[in-house]
Amino acid sequence: EMDGAGGNGSSGSVMCQLVSAEGEQLGAALYLPHNVGPPQLQDIVNQLLHNEDKLPYAFYVGDEELSLQLGAFMQRNNATAEVTLRIVYQPQAVFRIRPVNRCSATIAGHTEAVLAVSFSPDGRCLASGSGDTTVRFWDLSTQTPLYTCKGHKNWVLCIAWSPDGKHLVSGSKSGELILWDPKTGNQLGAPLTGHRKWITAVSWEPVHLQSPSRRFVSASKDGDARIWDITTKKCVISLSGHTNAVTCVKWGGDGLIYTGSEDCLIKVWETTQGKLVKTLQGHGHWVNSLALSTEYVLRTGAYDHTGKTFSSPEEMKEAALARYEKMRGNAPERLVSGSDDFTMFLWEPTISKQPKARMTGHQKVVNHVYFSPDGQWLASASFDKSVKLWNGITGKFVAAFRGHVADVYQISWSADSRLLLSGSKDSTLKVWDIRARKLKQDLPGHADEVYAVDWSPDGEKVVSGGKDRVLKLWMN
Amino acid sequence: SAMDGAWTTRSASARRRRAPSRRTPRMPARLLGAKGKRFAKKRYAEKAQMKKTLKMHDESSSRQKVDDDVEEGAIPSYLLDRDPTQRAKVLSNTIKQKRKEKAGKWDVPLPKVRPVAEEEMFKVLRTGKRKTKQWKRMVTKATFVGPGFTRKPPKYERFIRPTGLRFTKAHVTHPELKCTFNLDIISVKKNPNGPMYTSLGVMTRGTIIEVNVSELGLVTPAGKVVWGKYAQVTNNPENDGCINAVLLV
Repeated sequence: EMDGAGGNGSSGSVMCQLVSAEGEQLGAALYLPHNVGPPQLQDIVNQLLHNEDKLPYAFYVGDEELSLQLGAFMQRNNATAEVTLRIVYQPQAVFRIRPVNRCSATIAGHTEAVLAVSFSPDGRCLASGSGDTTVRFWDLSTQTPLYTCKGHKNWVLCIAWSPDGKHLVSGSKSGELILWDPKTGNQLGAPLTGHRKWITAVSWEPVHLQSPSRRFVSASKDGDARIWDITTKKCVISLSGHTNAVTCVKWGGDGLIYTGSEDCLIKVWETTQGKLVKTLQGHGHWVNSLALSTEYVLRTGAYDHTGKTFSSPEEMKEAALARYEKMRGNAPERLVSGSDDFTMFLWEPTISKQPKARMTGHQKVVNHVYFSPDGQWLASASFDKSVKLWNGITGKFVAAFRGHVADVYQISWSADSRLLLSGSKDSTLKVWDIRARKLKQDLPGHADEVYAVDWSPDGEKVVSGGKDRVLKLWMN
Repeated sequence: SAMDGAWTTRSASARRRRAPSRRTPRMPARLLGAKGKRFAKKRYAEKAQMKKTLKMHDESSSRQKVDDDVEEGAIPSYLLDRDPTQRAKVLSNTIKQKRKEKAGKWDVPLPKVRPVAEEEMFKVLRTGKRKTKQWKRMVTKATFVGPGFTRKPPKYERFIRPTGLRFTKAHVTHPELKCTFNLDIISVKKNPNGPMYTSLGVMTRGTIIEVNVSELGLVTPAGKVVWGKYAQVTNNPENDGCINAVLLV
């Protein structure tokens, strides 16, 4: 009933070509009757791809989503039946995250502004760093404080969980990094010193490259990034080359380290000897934030929505590798950089030094860029009070989310890539629906600026912290 | 020996037993007068010097790591290199304005002034044999009427503003430059004693007036020339015969 059966009762048929998100054609062109809608197209794609389980897909013609039957869609858009319709299919997450809409707990504990919050990769533990120089662990089941870890001499600026969930490293304004054990709250060893100025970002080596996690890279205002080994508690390699502060660092899935700096350059380093591989030039002002298309998978490691636990590091490594390969597919890793020059660049660093696309449109500094977990979308938060959504593969602008009344500081995606969360200076958080391209939920409640937000990898909870010194947990 | 003839000899043992002479003369426990003052001054100078040398010796020669104090106002790493005044300005300004409007208090050099009673401000006109004009009042304080001022018909005029008490210029001091200019008054903005006095143009101590500052050559950040600014009256003009004010920058 799919091919050739031109007028089978209902109006007519359309010539369609199914194309993947990367541009590869799936099968030959098909004659599809007008009463074919997304569910039937899903069946077709599943069959053509020989999927064992029926996976959900979303379909796009041009830039619009195809939600009606083909006939109605053609009529609405006045498309002629003479041109072959290119239907792009995009895999959707199998699970669906419910949007958070209430504040389930306000946990006080910090005595100064909360500067960083992060869920562990399995979503079971929560850690936060604050201006009162402590790192605190919180119990999610009772929503109360668990451990208070003292050791830093100055504000705790960034925290990062290792992708196997066994360690937490925190960096402070005095330039030192401390390793913590999340199970006991104890400090593991002496502080790691070496940086001369404050730490701006920390990133762990992906678990599919090494399990258990051993190395991480830290970026600092003094212009270099250092790779540390937690078993020897030493700085292994120092990546110097930037002439100004390094604002962000990301350890990529193929073993390259990307650093963005205030000297407007992005440098790509290889990790065995710390040699500079490439310099990506193009920005006119500070590079504020970097994002990798595989970032979410690297962060969560082997854990996914099924909540499976792993007994050995090898098992974890295999699972993480499988997830990473699936996420990446055949495409190279994409990198996006957001800058003070109000624009963002989409790079494919392994292929070329030239940017793939330049994304303009923001009217003020772009503070945070983040790829969606499935890599299809890219969101950017800017001080011009808007959050913009871009196509994660081509870099084309899709939608702008307006609603905040002050600078938008940080964003976070839900694990199924259908919802986006933004935290802003105006003390509210907002949840945006990607499919409808609209505001889904407004989450007011904080008394002052919201500095850090995070959505747990299992999608159940959202945590936010800010200048009012309390941590708020939001649930459905 | 040869020395024996020079002075009165005592036995050698007695000389040895003699107490060693003091380097400094023994001072009485309590020195009085000018001598005492001199002594106290010298002693103080010696004490200060001794303290300095002790402190110098206390300071270790080894360099210690300077521990920066943990500052207040923690901000995340992405805001660290940004100018904090730019961030704080708009929000705190609007909040402060709202709070001030609520409280009725403004950030002026004279936040509180002594209230002026109506009897002091106005003089009842009790002239004439019949004293029929007692509904009229004459203002006894300095006033500003403006260039296009025309009196109401005298028969119906309730408030009389005598020309002798009308002022057009004020001596305005710039608080930072600390120099005074003779500037024209544009209007009376607010008299703290009440809106009636503001509408009459009465200037008492604490009144906010608007003055013409084109003489100062001030320019806004946008590039426009500022020609009117507020100033607050700081003296009692009815007593002094002139208006002294301080500019509100």
